[in-house]
Amino acid sequence: MKKKSVELVKRYRFFGIMIAVTLVILAVRPAMGVQVYSLAISSVLEMLGVLPPIFILIGLLDVWVKKETMVKYMGKDSGIIGVLLGFFLGAAAAGPLYGAFPVAGVFLNKGSRLANVFIIVGAWASMKIPLLLFEVAAMGWQFTLIRLVMDVIGVLVIAYSMERILTDADERQIYELARKMNQ
Amino acid sequence: MMTIVFYGLAAIGLVFSLVKSREKTKMALIKALKAFENILPQFLGIVLLIGVILSLLSPQQISQLIGENSGWVGVVIATVIGSITLIPGFLAFPLAAALLQNGAGYMQIGAFVSSLMMVGIVTMPVEVLYFGKKATLLRNGMGLVFSILVAMVIGGILS
Repeated sequence: MKKKSVELVKRYRFFGIMIAVTLVILAVRPAMGVQVYSLAISSVLEMLGVLPPIFILIGLLDVWVKKETMVKYMGKDSGIIGVLLGFFLGAAAAGPLYGAFPVAGVFLNKGSRLANVFIIVGAWASMKIPLLLFEVAAMGWQFTLIRLVMDVIGVLVIAYSMERILTDADERQIYELARKMNQ
Repeated sequence: MMTIVFYGLAAIGLVFSLVKSREKTKMALIKALKAFENILPQFLGIVLLIGVILSLLSPQQISQLIGENSGWVGVVIATVIGSITLIPGFLAFPLAAALLQNGAGYMQIGAFVSSLMMVGIVTMPVEVLYFGKKATLLRNGMGLVFSILVAMVIGGILS
């Protein structure tokens, strides 16, 4: 029981600190404090727009997709299919980057190759299809095209370098973390 | 729009799952809830942190800092701002366009947009939960370097 409450305090420590910080701001500079909370509330609303369905899809994937299937399409020997699927999944996704990490977790847990998961995260971060339209409208096609081409290269380079730099021990730790987060 | 697509996908998935097995659907929903609960504390903290950061940095202040003549200093400032802020994409591009019109340079905006997407200092607490400290620092570090490269190419071609 005691161990459990220690764990709880540890998990909510960051949130507790942020509550304290924002309350101090509210006390010292009320106008800014109100703005902080209204920005926080709009972030929560944005999260509610995408996170619940993402987590439901994660749950469904966890229950229905067999580990062997995932290994076949996204695992160590999946080759170009794993790479293309990684780009597709990341680019088709919606919502901010923090939504990508739980998805990465379930993919790792099912036996996805590390580099392919980093491709999902990279594509999710930088080349989302729905956003490209916004980008062309706001920044012009030249800006968008330069960035898109560079992003494809950048995402690949980062994903493969990460896989090379991380040691076997690091990799085991990452799969262990993914397992823990998907319990 | 994307919200509807995603809720639609989840709903279709759930219906299919229910038709095939009630038991497994229940398991999926429990897994979904637990996976969400695992990161909830970090999310709550991050949401407040975003509020604090965005109320400290207004668009007007940003465009003053990364003007056309701000050069490398401007690129560095743009990268730092992009790395610590977390602005949804559909707001980020109109903001970037507005910054350009207010006198920000292409190179600096390239750095801002790219680091905004590739580097997430604010979301590191969630990233660490899944990838550990080393991989998180590596990914964000490489994203940072990459953003500066993007800025150089965009600056070189467009201005």
